[in-house]
Amino acid sequence: MVETGHFALVLAFAMALVQSVVPLVGARTGNERMMAVGVPVALTGFLLTAMAFAALVSAYVQSDFSVANVWENSHSLQPLLYKITGTWGNHEGSMLLWVLILTFFGALVAVFGRNLPLSLRATVLSVQGWIGAAFFLFILLTSNPFRRIFPAPIEGRELNPILQDIGLAIHPPLLYLGYVGFSVAFSFAVAALIEGRVDAAWARWVRPWTLAAWLFLTGGITMGSYWAYYELGWGGFWFWDPVENASFMPWLAGTALLHSALVMEKRSALKIWTILLAILTFSLSLLGTFLVRSGVLTSVHAFATDPSRGVFILCILTLFIGGSFILFALRAGNLTAGGLFHPISREGALVLNNLFLTTAAATVLVGTLYPLVLEAFSNNRISVGPPYFALTFVPVMIPLLLAVPFGPLLAWKRGDLLAVAQRLYFAFGAALVVVLGVLLFVDRHAVLAACGIGIAVWLIFGALTDIALKSGIGKVGPRIALRRFLGLPRSMYGTALAHAGLGLTLLGILATLTFQAEKIVSLKPGDTVTVAGYTLTFKGIVADRGKNYTEARAEFPFTDASGQPLGVISSAKRIFVASQTPTTESGIRTIGLGQLYLSLGDADKDGSYVVRVWWKPLVTLIWFGGLVMMAGGAISIFDRRLRVGAPSARRAKAGLAAPQPSS
Amino acid sequence: MTRKQKRLSIILGGLVFLGAATTLTFVALGQRTSYFYMPSDLSEGTVAPGQQIRLGGLVQDGTLVRGKGATVTFDVTDKKKAVKVTYTGILPDLFREGQGVVVEGSFGSGGTFVADSVLAKHDERYMPKAVADGLKAKGVWQAD
Repeated sequence: MVETGHFALVLAFAMALVQSVVPLVGARTGNERMMAVGVPVALTGFLLTAMAFAALVSAYVQSDFSVANVWENSHSLQPLLYKITGTWGNHEGSMLLWVLILTFFGALVAVFGRNLPLSLRATVLSVQGWIGAAFFLFILLTSNPFRRIFPAPIEGRELNPILQDIGLAIHPPLLYLGYVGFSVAFSFAVAALIEGRVDAAWARWVRPWTLAAWLFLTGGITMGSYWAYYELGWGGFWFWDPVENASFMPWLAGTALLHSALVMEKRSALKIWTILLAILTFSLSLLGTFLVRSGVLTSVHAFATDPSRGVFILCILTLFIGGSFILFALRAGNLTAGGLFHPISREGALVLNNLFLTTAAATVLVGTLYPLVLEAFSNNRISVGPPYFALTFVPVMIPLLLAVPFGPLLAWKRGDLLAVAQRLYFAFGAALVVVLGVLLFVDRHAVLAACGIGIAVWLIFGALTDIALKSGIGKVGPRIALRRFLGLPRSMYGTALAHAGLGLTLLGILATLTFQAEKIVSLKPGDTVTVAGYTLTFKGIVADRGKNYTEARAEFPFTDASGQPLGVISSAKRIFVASQTPTTESGIRTIGLGQLYLSLGDADKDGSYVVRVWWKPLVTLIWFGGLVMMAGGAISIFDRRLRVGAPSARRAKAGLAAPQPSS
Repeated sequence: MTRKQKRLSIILGGLVFLGAATTLTFVALGQRTSYFYMPSDLSEGTVAPGQQIRLGGLVQDGTLVRGKGATVTFDVTDKKKAVKVTYTGILPDLFREGQGVVVEGSFGSGGTFVADSVLAKHDERYMPKAVADGLKAKGVWQAD
C-alpha cells in the first residue's frame, strides 16, 4: 500500500510534466487535440495524488511504524481522529496535502472550465502543471513521506501533543485551500499574459476562484486564531508571529484582488493591475509556504529544519515569482487599457481600497522579512512585534475602514460623495452614540478604543444601510421592500455580510484588548477569586486519564455577581504518556458574547496553584466576524450573475457573439 | 481642473500616502522592535533600563524560586554570565531548569530583568533557534 502510494506520487509527477508542456504547445500552435490533453491529464493527476494521500492516511490509521513519517508523528495509543490528522501535522504530510489540493483545483478547472475558450483553458492547465511539477519534485527529492525504516520500530514517537486537537484537523486544510486556491488566479493571470489578451470575461471567470480561495483562507486564519487562543493557554488570539503574517499577507492581497477583479469585470478597467495582483497574491502564498516550511522561522509550524528543503523552496519561489514578473514586464504593455472613470466613483473607491490593502500588506511584509534580512547581514537579532504593527499597519487600515461603507453606495463611473454621505447619516449617528456610550458609561479614558469601536459600528451599520437602501426600506411599502430585499443579487448580500463581518471582528478585538479583566493569583483548595463580577472557587484537583494521557484537572465552580451558580470551569495539566510532554488545557466558558478563560499553572510546595483568569468581553465576535465574512464570500460565489451571463465557447462557436458587459 | 491636473493630483495624493506609510515603517523599525541579547552581551552596558529587549539563554539549575503569589524568579545564563529574571504569571509547560528559554521585557531600576512574557520551547526536540545560535556563537553549545 505504501509503495503503491509512492508509485502513484511518481506517476502524478509525470502527469504534471505532461500537463506542463502538451496543452501549452497545443495552445500556441492551435492544435486542438494537444490542447484537449490537459483535461484527462489534470483529472488523472488529481486521482493519482489522492491515491498517494490515501495510502499515507491508511499507513497512519494502521500505525505502520515501518514508515519513517508515521513513526515520527504517530503513536498506537493516539485517538483515531488524531492518527488521521497527524497525516498533515508534519512537514512531509502537509506538503502532500498541499499538492493534493493543487491538483484538486486543477481538476476543478478542467471540469468546470468547459465554457472557457479552448486555448485559455489549455494554457491555464499548463501553468497549474508547472506549479505541480515543481512541488512534486520537491516532495520526491527532499520530503518523501513514504520513506521506510528498517527494522521497523515497535512504537511511534507521537504527534506533538499541542497539535492533537480538533482545531488542527481543520486549520491546515482550510488554509491550504486558500493558499493553493490563489494558484488558479495566478494561472489565469499568467495564461492571459502568454495569450496577450485579457478582457472583462476573463475577470468574470477568475472571480469565483478568487472568492473561493479567499473564503477558505479567511476560514483557515480564523480557525488558526481560535486554536492558538484556546490551546496555547495565553488567551491571545493574534501574535503577529511571522507564520501568522505569512497567511495574513496573501489574505490582504487576495482581498484587494477580489475588489479589483470586480472593477475589471464590471467596467473593464484596472486590467494590468488586476493581473499584477493575481501574481502578487499567489507569490505571497508561495512566500508563506517558504517561510513556514523552510525552517528559517522557528515556531510550532516549523516541523523540521533541513537546509536542503529551504534552498529547494527558495528556488521554486524565485523561479515562479521571478518568472511571472519578467513575463508581466514583457507582456503587460500589450494589454489594452480599459475604461475611464472619475476619481469619486465606485471604481475610485475600489482603487483606494487596493492602494490601502496593498500598502498594509507591504508593511506586514517588511515587518516579517526585516528580522530575517537583518540577521543575514549583521549579527543583530530582533523581533518585530505588536508595537511595530500598531505604528504601521493600524494607521494604514483606519482610513480604509472609514471609507468602506461609502464604496458600495457610490455609483459606477461618477458618484456623488455628498449624496452618499447623506444616506449614511444613520450609520454615522449609530457610531457616534456608541462612542459616547462607551466614554460615558464604560471608561472615560479609553478614547482611542471608543473611537475604534465607533469605526466597527460604522462598518456594521454601513453594511446594513447599503442593503436597506437597495431594497428601498422606508421608501416603498414593507411588502414591496421585502420582495425587493429577497430579489437583490446575491453578491450584494455577500458584500454587506463581508463588510459587517469585518466590523464584528474589529469590535471583538477592540473590546477584548481594552476591557478584558485579568487576575493572576495563587490559590489553595477552597480559595476564591473574583474577576469582572464572576466568583470562582478552587474546589480541588481531580486525577483523570484519557486514551493517551493522564491529567490533573482543577475544578472551579463559579457564580455570577448575584451569587447564582453557573456551573464548573475546569483546566487541566496533561502529561502525554508516549512523549512525557506536558500540556495545559485551558478552561473556557462562553457567557453571552464574552468568555471566562482560566489557565492552570504549576503547583507550589504548599499545595497552592498559580491560576490566571480572564474575563474577555465580546471575544467570540472576533471569530464570529470571520464566519460572517466567509458566509458573505460563499453567498457571492453562488450569485447567478457570475454564471448565467458567463460567455460560453459553444455559443461563440455557433456564431453568436458572447455577451460582453458594456464598457 | 483639467483632466491632466486631476490625474496629477491623484498621483500626488497616492505618493504622499505611500511616502507617509514608508516613513512610518522606518520609524517603527527604528523604535518599536526589540533586540535579542544573550546575558554576556549585556556586560557592555548597552541596554538602558526600561528598554524592551528579548533575552535568551538557559535557565540556570537551582535558581528557580517561587515567591509570594504568582511571582517567580530565575537566572538566565549563557554559561558565562547570568541575569536574574522576575516574572509574574504562569510559566510555559515546557519551562525547565537547565533548558532553553527566551524572555521578553526590560530591566528594572535594581538591575533585575522584569519579564512580560516567557517563551520556552514547543516540544522536547526543539530549542529556541535564537538561543541555540547564540550558544553556538559563544562556543558553549553542546549537541545532544
